[in-house]
Amino acid sequence: MAAVEHASAGGAPKVAIFNDPRIRGAAIQILLVVLIVFLIWGMVSNAATNLARAGIASGFGFLNVTAGFGINISPFVEYSETSSYGRVYLVGLQNTLVVAITGIILATVVGFIVGIARLSTNWVVSKLAYAFVEVMRNIPLLLWIFIWYFSVLRLLPDKAAPIDFGPFGLLNIAGYYAPKAVFGPGAGWIGLALLAGILASIVIYRWARAGLIVGLPLVAYVLTGFPLSFELPTTSRFGPRGGARIYPEFLGLLVALSFYTAAYIAEIVRAGILAISHGQTEASYALGMRRGHTLRLVIIPQAMRVIIPPLTNQYLNLTKNSSLAVAIAYPDLVSVFAGTTLNQTGQAVEVLLMTMLTYLALSLLTSLFMNWFNAKMALVER
Amino acid sequence: MANSVSPAAAAAAAYVRRDMAPAEPPPITEAGVIGWMRKNLFSSIPNTILTLFSIYLVWIIVPPLLQFGLFNAVWTGLDRSACTNAAQGGLQPAGWFGACWPYVGAYVEQFIYGRYPKGEYWRVNAVFFLFAAGLVPILMPRLPYKGLNAAYLFGVFPVAAFVLLTGGHISLDGFLLPNFVLAPSFAKFIVDFAVLAALVALVAFGIARGTESPAWPMVRGVLMAMGVLLAVLLVFAADLGLSHVETEVWGGLLVTLVIAVTGIVASLPLGILLALGRRSQMPAVRLFCVIFIEFWRGVPLITVLFMSSVMLPLFLPEGVTFDKLLRALIGVALFSAAYMAEVVRGGIQALPKGQYEGAMALGLSYWQMMQKIILPQALKLVIPGIVNSFIALFKDTTLVLIIGLFDFLGMIQSSYTDSKWASPVQSLTGYLFAALVFWAFCFGMSRYSLFMERRLDTGRR
Amino acid sequence: MRRPANRIPDASNAAVATLLGGRGGKNKQPGKQKRLLFMKREILTAAMGVAVAGLMVTGASAATLDDVKAKGFVQCGVSQGLPGFSNPDDQGNWSGIDVDLCKALAAAVFGDATKVKFTPLSAKERFTALQSGEVDLLSRNTTWTMSRDTTLGLNFAGVNYYDGQGFMVRKSLGVKSALELSGASVCTNTGTTTELNVADYFRANKMEYEIVAFEKADEVVAAYDAGRCDVYTTDQSGLYAQRLKLTNPDEHVVLPEIISKEPLGPAVRQGDDQWFDIVKWTHFAMVNAEELGVTKANVDEMANSENPEIKRLLGKEGEFGAAIGLSNDWAYNIIKQVGNYAEVFDANVGPATPLAIARGKNDLWTRGGLQYAPPIR
Repeated sequence: MAAVEHASAGGAPKVAIFNDPRIRGAAIQILLVVLIVFLIWGMVSNAATNLARAGIASGFGFLNVTAGFGINISPFVEYSETSSYGRVYLVGLQNTLVVAITGIILATVVGFIVGIARLSTNWVVSKLAYAFVEVMRNIPLLLWIFIWYFSVLRLLPDKAAPIDFGPFGLLNIAGYYAPKAVFGPGAGWIGLALLAGILASIVIYRWARAGLIVGLPLVAYVLTGFPLSFELPTTSRFGPRGGARIYPEFLGLLVALSFYTAAYIAEIVRAGILAISHGQTEASYALGMRRGHTLRLVIIPQAMRVIIPPLTNQYLNLTKNSSLAVAIAYPDLVSVFAGTTLNQTGQAVEVLLMTMLTYLALSLLTSLFMNWFNAKMALVER
Repeated sequence: MANSVSPAAAAAAAYVRRDMAPAEPPPITEAGVIGWMRKNLFSSIPNTILTLFSIYLVWIIVPPLLQFGLFNAVWTGLDRSACTNAAQGGLQPAGWFGACWPYVGAYVEQFIYGRYPKGEYWRVNAVFFLFAAGLVPILMPRLPYKGLNAAYLFGVFPVAAFVLLTGGHISLDGFLLPNFVLAPSFAKFIVDFAVLAALVALVAFGIARGTESPAWPMVRGVLMAMGVLLAVLLVFAADLGLSHVETEVWGGLLVTLVIAVTGIVASLPLGILLALGRRSQMPAVRLFCVIFIEFWRGVPLITVLFMSSVMLPLFLPEGVTFDKLLRALIGVALFSAAYMAEVVRGGIQALPKGQYEGAMALGLSYWQMMQKIILPQALKLVIPGIVNSFIALFKDTTLVLIIGLFDFLGMIQSSYTDSKWASPVQSLTGYLFAALVFWAFCFGMSRYSLFMERRLDTGRR
Repeated sequence: MRRPANRIPDASNAAVATLLGGRGGKNKQPGKQKRLLFMKREILTAAMGVAVAGLMVTGASAATLDDVKAKGFVQCGVSQGLPGFSNPDDQGNWSGIDVDLCKALAAAVFGDATKVKFTPLSAKERFTALQSGEVDLLSRNTTWTMSRDTTLGLNFAGVNYYDGQGFMVRKSLGVKSALELSGASVCTNTGTTTELNVADYFRANKMEYEIVAFEKADEVVAAYDAGRCDVYTTDQSGLYAQRLKLTNPDEHVVLPEIISKEPLGPAVRQGDDQWFDIVKWTHFAMVNAEELGVTKANVDEMANSENPEIKRLLGKEGEFGAAIGLSNDWAYNIIKQVGNYAEVFDANVGPATPLAIARGKNDLWTRGGLQYAPPIR
């Protein structure tokens, strides 16, 4: 409003009020804000009326209510049927994070391998990589999830006839049963020693890195009197029991997610490498470096600058796509929270809002981290 | 070599070759198939290992797939007996494992049209045809009249498709004046619309006066826009003798295409506005656009669909409900608009600054600059990006099966409940068929995007 | 939006005033902006109207019956495909017990059982769809529970199928009772009461289990069939229906235990008693008809019966139809066009169908079952 005064005081002749860009800008912005406030107000008041009319409770009190249903996969968070819906949220979040993080790692590895293979001079290898990319990314992810899950189930042996790896556990259709570490009294020292080993390695990282990390806990293991043992799965009528377990749902989802994303990452890696001038390769060959060294020490570090921003997008996509777990019984956030919890409580607004905001926060965190990483890479480069 | 030899030495030689020796064929290990293989496949030990490994990979994947899909497959049959073994009550020998194509054949109509009434298939076909008639020429850069073509595809076609698919004949009974003034009827709609048009024209007139621009062209423009709107509404309302087909029975490829195409068509204008807003100098507008874009880009589509199917009905006033498909469409359009905004922003940012400066130096207003200078160039630049968004959206439409709409994949899954064709290979056959169709569509589109990329690339670098 | 109009110097004030026509011009400005805003809203409304008009339907507000009559059909929420209850065939025609209830309702309201349209709903969205008025009736094998009846804004209008949750296992496991299932992995659907029941059952019997919960029934069957789970649990009727889809149905057995009460019935919105009554009595009419021996085939001759109960049912005596806002031959239309409860049961899930479910608990009370309808009088 002060702008009007100013403009007018300046004696600009006949500037119509609608033509003053600042006035017009302010008007449009106010209009927009009012419109948005009006829309939101409308939705909120509608929702309030509708909920009241239907007699649906609202608020976040339901998070303390006992959930009463089981969840089979919860590697870190303690969960039982008597846990609350709030804990269900945590379990879901945990499973989403687990599959997203392992998926990101696997996708990156596979993506880089395929991307480099795409540029291989070996005809069969490059064509195979090309076929991998074109097949993976031109079929919807949901279909891939179904295909992988049911082929994983088809490939694994029946419960009655598991593949026995002896001390390394069992494999059958219900998953891979690994020996589970059981910590006896005094096992905490091993952990401490491991931590100390890692810290020491960071301080004096020039020599014997691995030695310290492995050595110190080993010494502690012996000193505390072997408190660590491994529990092997035992067999029962319904297949193996006990042990640490990798579930086929997880496996199917992980493979589908990471292969699908790997196809995109491969293309990004390829584009990144192609973006580096061929002179770099030639110069490095001229210096007598081998192909592997050239790739690792010269090309990839430079290509990383081009690769990281789109790579970030792929990581975000993978995290979001992990929500398709709902289709194959992997209990991720969408499945147990936006699915089962929503159904049992009927509180759609709260549940969906929490779910969406969680994904939003995950996305923003990943973006932040990758931006930091990107900045770091760029710094090293210069 | 001969040049360097002195004449005396040459004379001394008993035999001097005068002609060039005929070129020897290259050694068999360097040319032809073997040479190529040596160079490209077995140049070193690691390379050989890689080659053998790759061939092994192909060997374990491709032959079983061909076995299942072609050699062992059943091609004719009337029901499940053709695709089950004797123990399961069928005709096949024990241990048989192959695709059951007659099942796909029996269901292919449903896979394309869903449960759309059989007698009305021609309407869907007509829509497909109209779509292709608009799409194919616009995809060919050489053909003229792109403007008219786009007008058809984005203006005429959606109206025609809507009328054809739903049957049109919607009831218009007014929307503006309170009901006690005039009872809801077609007459009330006309009155309402006239009142609205008059009001809008009045405002346009006011704005025109306020900006000292000639009033009549502006009012005329507004009235024309309202006229077009009225015409569209009247077409929707016209009784063309088509029976009403509610969206519950739509399904299959029809729904997949409706969602993907509507998503892209609706997200394009929205995305352009958002992209412009994000680069706007007005903080409130920019903030709003950034929040909007980042929110939709930060959440998974499946939660958006859940929101539209479970939460959206709660946000509407009492007694108003949206069609289930329409709700999904709204969710998909908002979601893809955010992605489209980023694609368009990429194009706008790629333009050199001189274009802006040049436009401003000519005295063009913001909208004139955008309309005549920036957007035409930026949009052309991002055609591959738009096609890629469409591919992504086309694949993402499969998610609507989770909220209970029957898209192509959903229809295939839904057919698994039919005990007439129940067999162990039924779902595998269905998924294989779905994968083949999706692959063909997406691969074709990605080829096109690549082609456009190459075409647009020339001259730019 | 306070405008410091008085601070604008006179010279430009005059210019502005001239532009806006009149002395009050500058003061009108906010009003004008406001009007502009108002207009935008109207334009927006109009545009939205265009976009949605064809697909938007006005749902029920107070009187569902009036709305239904006005639009000319009953919109019925059904499952996405459960053989015997609501399942589309390869021609897209729906059939099943739940579907027949919808048809019966249409027959009662319009005298024409075909005036019904079906909306397939997932377990997740079914209640929202009913609450928001998208469907007039939810007939989707939905279990009547207290929390659903009281906190979700629904009313259950009756029980058209008494079900209970059961278990299916492979015969090769040699399991005879559900109590031997400790340590088993259990496949089921997510988002229904089954998930809660199975948790309760295993906890109560101090047994361990692993739950594998899928979003859709098709995946449950596929995973169970592949051997991922030892046990498949859902409503017992569902077990029989899904068993048909297994590779070798004969290798699987449904265990005798029923671990829960699953009264499945139609639900309507809370707060519309008339519509609630209509749905309730549609079901009761079918049960009463069976009890009185009135069938699709003999309903016309039964109309001449001297039995006062039959006369009241078929509208020859009393004004019972009018009491619920329908014509007096409402029940006649139901039976003539859809059939009585026994006929519906036998046609969809009875022994002659692939599901081959015995009447059991769903028999009439006179034969030891639970189907009992209050008298029409």
